[in-house]
Amino acid sequence: MTTNSNIHKPILEIKDVSKDFSGVYALQNVNMEFFSGEVTAVIGENGAGKSTLMKIVSGVYPDYQGRVLLDGEEINFKNPKEAGQKGVVIIHQELNLIPYLSITENLFLGNEKTNRMGMLDYPAMNKEAKKLLGRLHLDINPSVPLNKLRVGQQQLVEIAKALLLDSKVLIMDEPTSAISDSEVELLFKIINELKAKGVAIVYISHKLKELFVIADRYSVLRDGRSMGSGMMKGTSRDQLIQLMVGRDLKDCFKKTNIIGYDEILKVENLHFRNPENKNDHLVSDVSFSLKKGEILGICGLMGAGRTEVLEAIFGLHPKFVSGEIIVDGKKQKIKCVNDAIDAGIALVPEDRKKQGLILNMNVKKNTSLACLKSISKFNFINRKKEAGLSEHFIKKLETKVSSNKQTAEQLSGGNQQKVVIAKWLATHPKILLLDEPTRGIDVGAKTEIYKLICELANQGMGIVFVSSELPEILAISDNILVLSESKLTAKLSRDGATEETIMKAALQEKE
Amino acid sequence: MNTTTLKQNLIKFQSIIALVIMCIILSFLSDRFLTAENTWNVMRQISVNMVISVGMTLIILTGGIDLSVGSILALSGAITAGMLKFGAGLESINLYIGFTLLGALVGGTLVGTFLGWFNGIAITRFKVPPFVATLAMLTIARGLTMLWTGGFPITGLGEDMAFIGTGWFFGIPMPVWISAVIVLGAVILTKRTQLGRHIYAVGGNETAAKLSGLKINRIKIIVYSIAGALAGIGGIIVTSRLDSAQPNAGAGFELDSIAAVVIGGTSLNGGRGTIMGTVQGALIIGVLNNGLVLLNVSPFWQQVIKGFVILLAVVVDKINAKEE
Repeated sequence: MTTNSNIHKPILEIKDVSKDFSGVYALQNVNMEFFSGEVTAVIGENGAGKSTLMKIVSGVYPDYQGRVLLDGEEINFKNPKEAGQKGVVIIHQELNLIPYLSITENLFLGNEKTNRMGMLDYPAMNKEAKKLLGRLHLDINPSVPLNKLRVGQQQLVEIAKALLLDSKVLIMDEPTSAISDSEVELLFKIINELKAKGVAIVYISHKLKELFVIADRYSVLRDGRSMGSGMMKGTSRDQLIQLMVGRDLKDCFKKTNIIGYDEILKVENLHFRNPENKNDHLVSDVSFSLKKGEILGICGLMGAGRTEVLEAIFGLHPKFVSGEIIVDGKKQKIKCVNDAIDAGIALVPEDRKKQGLILNMNVKKNTSLACLKSISKFNFINRKKEAGLSEHFIKKLETKVSSNKQTAEQLSGGNQQKVVIAKWLATHPKILLLDEPTRGIDVGAKTEIYKLICELANQGMGIVFVSSELPEILAISDNILVLSESKLTAKLSRDGATEETIMKAALQEKE
Repeated sequence: MNTTTLKQNLIKFQSIIALVIMCIILSFLSDRFLTAENTWNVMRQISVNMVISVGMTLIILTGGIDLSVGSILALSGAITAGMLKFGAGLESINLYIGFTLLGALVGGTLVGTFLGWFNGIAITRFKVPPFVATLAMLTIARGLTMLWTGGFPITGLGEDMAFIGTGWFFGIPMPVWISAVIVLGAVILTKRTQLGRHIYAVGGNETAAKLSGLKINRIKIIVYSIAGALAGIGGIIVTSRLDSAQPNAGAGFELDSIAAVVIGGTSLNGGRGTIMGTVQGALIIGVLNNGLVLLNVSPFWQQVIKGFVILLAVVVDKINAKEE
């Protein structure tokens, strides 16, 4: 490749950067280069380490191994403010704005202008804000409170805030995740203006299509390692996908479950309207069927609607969900969690600490929480039965606890997850919905959980398993559903599925 | 190993130890402290706070707060007294209904229950934060008390009524019996029943509780209703002891009650704490009050000292929590 941009030196260099979180490496010897006046796309699967890397560059994580060079000089920012002063600015995926303050107040937060009396100089700030919004082709009064704006407009204000700091390197983390097509066009126009001014832009996005429009270079991360980089021109979609995937589940995990003949769950035309936006769907028109003893994997990128499918089935959002749910041949109206439990459905939620456990309660009480009624008489809990229940599951799931009186917060991640699973098994479900059951737990515990899932399937339970980790999905599922932007884009059988086919379906966009 | 278990036990029984130390010191400082008469006196004095604090504990366990107990107490007391003395009359149709003692007691308690239920509805159905909802009830119930009494005490309620607050039964004052029965009931509720478990779960992690199929709103409404009922019973005891329903009865009782709960080691974040802890908290406040009076400490200083004791209790709790 002979483009002249190869000649000049990179403005930002990342050399052999590693970062670990209590022993688990999120990044290992990552190397990357970013050039002035170019857009570099950083791509990778969920959890590949993109966000961690950007947090290191922008000073959110000051502790790491390796070197970061800005303009050939080694830097180690202690906080984002210092990074901003040196010209490295990050626009976060989640909005960092204060809803009740005006646009102007948000733009100048922490850098307010004052007049001679030491009072806030609103006229001057408003004037500059107006100018800035003009640059973004946003025709809004800057004294309007931020929460009056649409999410897309708020995102643009966030970008305006970054423009206020004269940046050399501008990092955009999924800037188009919440904005409309016309706003995307606007954003690209601004990016091109910034490019012309010599700003190096780091662009993180899952949407491959838009990367081919806006990016000049790419850099791929996989499992916290650099997998390669190059020019977008001359690179195909498939080549990028190839670089992003390709892991193997290291420990050979053997699947043992046998699929039965009876259909245990049938979901038809499941829709889940976005509570915050009438015209948007979090899940649109998803249908699938699950047999006794089957393990159905659901994958997709962040925000594709995986968790939402499970929550819709479990009756957490009855006002916004439509569609038919048929359990064991019987049509069910599931309007609340208790309906779901009665229908034989259990959900092990995504965040075990926030949604799964009462952390300061002990193992015994957590285990019995969802089935108290069945072990109580006249509202009095049968304590013998309760203790027996927790002992049964501690043995069955091989949960490592000092006793069933140990509080949940003292357990390791894997054992906490086992307690949550025990709580739901105690309700005697026919269908077990698992949302990222292995997130943040160590390899040994992961294998145990796979084994457990297979065992449960073998006993005739239907299992729906959501995971971000493709190797895991491939290893354990009988069938795989792939979601992209709230829609079902592929139904794959175990034999037909590879990481590549899944990734392709997951990256499929609305045309 | 031995020292750690000793330490754990010290932490576990810190309130009782503090209480015992206080009693020993006070018995040296004042020869009137450790007499049968004074002991029953203290017990009788704290029984009202004990009754209210049981309800307050349940509410705080769910992660809420109730500022209205003092006012509910006053209204319930006044309505009990009014029913007993004047009955209910509708002059327009020339109807008069008199109430027996039992009828009046039930009426007063029901009024408290209703106001507590109202708190619960405001908090769950209308999503008003507990602090604000019960603050509103604090002034609503006080205003209603003033309207009901016309701002004057209702006195002369008869001997039967007076027995509840001043009488003795098997050598123990009636208010102590009442608070003991309520404490016992609450201990069973929190330790043995589904509702009790649900209360802890809601306060410990509302999201997880909801995802486990618990009916959060129903649980909260029941708890606020119980607290209202207990405030009503507290009102009956106060009215009976003074043989009069004072329109400004119970003012500031919410603070003593919250103090008892907090000193008893219940977390204001919810999900952590016990009824017996609150009992100890109420005892500590009661003994402290009594001791300071016996030692002729000025009432102004008493307030200052009480405030510091509350702070000390929470700080010690925090330090212990860190060590665990």
